Amino acid sequence: MNTKVGYGIALALLLVAPFMIYPVFLMKLLCFALFACAFNLILGYGGLLSFGHAAFFGGAAYITGHVIKVWGLPTELGLLVGAGSAAALGYLIGMLAIRRQGIYFAMITLALAQMVYFIFISADFTGGENGLQGVPRGYALGIFDLQDNLTMYYFVLAVFVIGFLIIARAVYSPFGQILGAIRDNEDRATSLGYDVDRYKHLAFVLSAALAGLAGSTKTVVFQLASLTDVHWHTSGEVVLMTLLGGLGTIAGPAVGAGVIVTLQNYLASGPLGAWVPVVLGTIFVVCVLAFRRGIIGELHAMLKKSF
Amino acid sequence: MNDTAKYILETESLTKEFKGFTAVDDVNLKVKRHDIHALIGPNGAGKTTVFNLLTKFLVPTRGTIKVNGTDITASKPAEISRMGVIRSFQISAVFPHMTARENVRVALQRKLGTSFHFWKPLSSLNVLNERADELLHMVGLERFTDSVVGDMPYGRKRALEIATTLALEPELMLLDEPTQGMGREDVERITQLIRKVSKDRTILMVEHNLGVVSTLCDRITVLQRGAILTEGNYDEVSSDPRVKEAYMGKAA
Repeated sequence: MNTKVGYGIALALLLVAPFMIYPVFLMKLLCFALFACAFNLILGYGGLLSFGHAAFFGGAAYITGHVIKVWGLPTELGLLVGAGSAAALGYLIGMLAIRRQGIYFAMITLALAQMVYFIFISADFTGGENGLQGVPRGYALGIFDLQDNLTMYYFVLAVFVIGFLIIARAVYSPFGQILGAIRDNEDRATSLGYDVDRYKHLAFVLSAALAGLAGSTKTVVFQLASLTDVHWHTSGEVVLMTLLGGLGTIAGPAVGAGVIVTLQNYLASGPLGAWVPVVLGTIFVVCVLAFRRGIIGELHAMLKKSF
Repeated sequence: MNDTAKYILETESLTKEFKGFTAVDDVNLKVKRHDIHALIGPNGAGKTTVFNLLTKFLVPTRGTIKVNGTDITASKPAEISRMGVIRSFQISAVFPHMTARENVRVALQRKLGTSFHFWKPLSSLNVLNERADELLHMVGLERFTDSVVGDMPYGRKRALEIATTLALEPELMLLDEPTQGMGREDVERITQLIRKVSKDRTILMVEHNLGVVSTLCDRITVLQRGAILTEGNYDEVSSDPRVKEAYMGKAA
């Protein structure tokens, strides 16, 4: 009940936010929030640390940019193609990586994501160092002009809410239940007859698809897909967002993404501009040492204690 | 009666070597249908290794394993489970972050065929609640239905483990030290529970507590250094001087 009220308030705030805060900044925030929530599906609920999620985020960003700009697909379809190709890529990478555990899984996903990075650096259609520029935002449902930032914002908000609901449903579904069982006790889940690798693989594909959706949306907002999107820094950043917000909590990663994106934005324009990585690194260390459950995780724990 | 009808589980020359050390040595084990069969032996005799081989958590170096006459030597753990051979673990095998009811439901859920359905609400599993509660009642856990399992006492966790295993209606239950680390009261409860659930089922258990073995088991196989030392009912086995020697060392 309380959670529902909380989400209601959050949604109301997001609906009025663009009248108070610069919409483009908010859109960036929402894209990364969706990215972090998608990532949380595999790290927080699947128990697998992927260090290559930039491949899905950035890969989808490029694909969407290309199909909208060059093929002239409508915006919505462009997003779906981006998410779909991220799912396909997730299927392939998952096939190679999912049997590995712990650090090996992280290393394999990182290595494969680096391969994807080099493909995008050298492929013709990506524009190399310059990135894929001038992607038209197009029209939502063929009517609403997305060139208008406010319209674009509500479109992005809709995408975020849909993505968020898909993730929340997946976590609280029969599938999510088995995924939780596997995370809790993998051997026992196996002995009950579940092929655990297939469940992890599906979680990985879902996570990749939604990370792709986030990347695709980002391309439409900024009309640009760049190498930053597929760079391993992005893979690292999403780990930070998820841990800071709260691993394995539904809303935590979105909050973590909000904090990180806000800090990056304000610090970059202030006197600490050159020190952003240092500040973020410090936050990361403090978070890991003192607030292991993350912002939302610690809040949950505090509420539990006081009632 | 031919062998397949009589024996649910048969191994032939089952052997497992770890880098030159033979943990299980040429074991020919036959488990009769509807028996409660115990596997005993001193520490390091290879009981748990045999268990891991039978449930495919380890791959045998040599030998074959047959369940109901089907060769399962090359099957995967989850496949064995779907054939009705369910194991428990030495350390209690529960899902600690879930409630007792959810634990049992995870086992029941497979037959529903919706385990990959990530778009269905959790409430679609409520049809299983009745059966889950029945199973919890059977093992005396009705008070714990909505308790998070991680906080439950140890003996209750083991009971829950049995309820979860029963949910799969196994033909053959493999219990790895079901009473290990329990107080006398819990041992008594679990012993009665095993007797209760052994109806129409076969149970193969590793057990250290000879009291439990003597009251429960129809047949006992004694392992020593990976090989079968002797086999028989409790009286036969317990009067065998070689068994005493294996446990106590050579009498001076």
